[in-house]
Amino acid sequence: MRSMALTSLAGALGFLLLWKVVVVIGGYPPFILPSPESVIVRLAEAWAEGLMAPHAATTLVEVALGFTVGGAVGLIVGYALGRSSFVARLVSPYLVAAQATPILALAPVMALWFGPGLLGKVVISGLIVFFPVAVSAMVGIRSVDAGLLELGRSLRATRRQVLLTLEIPAALPSIFGGLRIGVTLAVVGAIVGEWAGAERGLGVLVNIARGSLFDIPLMFATLVTIAAFGVALYLIVVLVERRLVRAR
Amino acid sequence: MTAVPGRGRIELQDLAVTFPRRHEPPLVALDGVGLRIAAGEIVTLIGPNGCGKSTVLRAIAGLVRPSRGVVLLDDRPIAGPDPRIGLVFQEPRLLPWRTVAGNVAYPMELAGLRRPLRDQRVAEMLRRVGLVASAGERPAQLSGGMRQRAALARALALEPEVLLLDEPFSALDAMTRDRFNVELLKLWGRLRTTIVVVTHSIPEAIFLGDRVIVLSKRPGHVVADIRVDLPTPRTLDQLDEAVVSAAAHEIRSHLDADAA
Repeated sequence: MRSMALTSLAGALGFLLLWKVVVVIGGYPPFILPSPESVIVRLAEAWAEGLMAPHAATTLVEVALGFTVGGAVGLIVGYALGRSSFVARLVSPYLVAAQATPILALAPVMALWFGPGLLGKVVISGLIVFFPVAVSAMVGIRSVDAGLLELGRSLRATRRQVLLTLEIPAALPSIFGGLRIGVTLAVVGAIVGEWAGAERGLGVLVNIARGSLFDIPLMFATLVTIAAFGVALYLIVVLVERRLVRAR
Repeated sequence: MTAVPGRGRIELQDLAVTFPRRHEPPLVALDGVGLRIAAGEIVTLIGPNGCGKSTVLRAIAGLVRPSRGVVLLDDRPIAGPDPRIGLVFQEPRLLPWRTVAGNVAYPMELAGLRRPLRDQRVAEMLRRVGLVASAGERPAQLSGGMRQRAALARALALEPEVLLLDEPFSALDAMTRDRFNVELLKLWGRLRTTIVVVTHSIPEAIFLGDRVIVLSKRPGHVVADIRVDLPTPRTLDQLDEAVVSAAAHEIRSHLDADAA
């Protein structure tokens, strides 16, 4: 565990060093590529002076709700797709078509329908989370060994017992594969949603920093915050996964 | 735990099983199988590949519905999977994410048995099959033979009157298999449950069975019912005795006659 932490730390330092080297050798001006230390300073300032927090909180709520709603619906639909080939044949084409339509193109429509508030972002974030979770749940449920299902039948397992003791445990690793992808996409969805129209959020702050403020270090500091959220949420999913996979 | 004396009588009356097929006439797996198995008897089923040996077992287990005829357990028809019947499949079919103990406890969990009773029975079953030391291991860590022992322990967990084994040791090497058969008979000596074993090995059928039932090729029906006059408890040495070769000869003649 300790050596893993050290490895991560070394990696981060290496990345910062590389960034610095690029800035120095390339001779880029701060408004193209600010130096890592200026971004770090700006990041600390933005949090200290209370500029970042409200935007971050807004985005975090959007991400959390989008991931929860998109993930939950994805699990339910994925289960239905996995269990019933009829449902799969009926629904899959639309799912794939929806997924193939770029979320960037959908975002303005969602903003139009659901307004500039929280709801629109949750819908966009949820939409983009939905697909990988649904597919992974479908694949997971289909991967349940037919022999085990027959064993369940021979032991007179109820529908609910089959779900809880056979299907979910067997599908769990696959489902978490989808949730890992889903949680990072939830962040993407929320930011895209904010770009399509919002008053607050990290996506909005990126725009403000680049536009009216022309504070490029702040823009980078915001990007760092977004990325850090993504990493943190991903790690949370991995931790939950380890817990659940061990507990089955 | 011993089976209640006189319980576990099985009777198959004119049993037929057909499976519907797409674009083809239905497959008649069994046609007119009649068989009586006394309580506490060990009967082995043998026959050519695809003759429906396993289907007989699955019909007794309530996993396939007869298209004609009936399966009686203690004079009452079997309508579906029944807790009085324990089943060991050809493959161990253990839940890979559960420990050995967790797998043995599984049928009892589904049946809603309480935790203390479950734990006590798990310990007892694992002792019976010699897996106490592996209670906390996952199936992936076990050898094929140990996995099949775990499956046997699981099948015994609900204290069934009837134990059905579908070529349970077919994936094991010959020597392990012999040892397992001896152990199975020892176990039977204590439990006295009715046991039906499907096998494709003539020596195994004779060694295990009080009676060997020979099935015809598809559609399967009983072509011979041979009593094995070997004293019990049986030992592997007996496999060399004249009575065994006589029985083997008889079984083979029925199999050959059917194949001709």
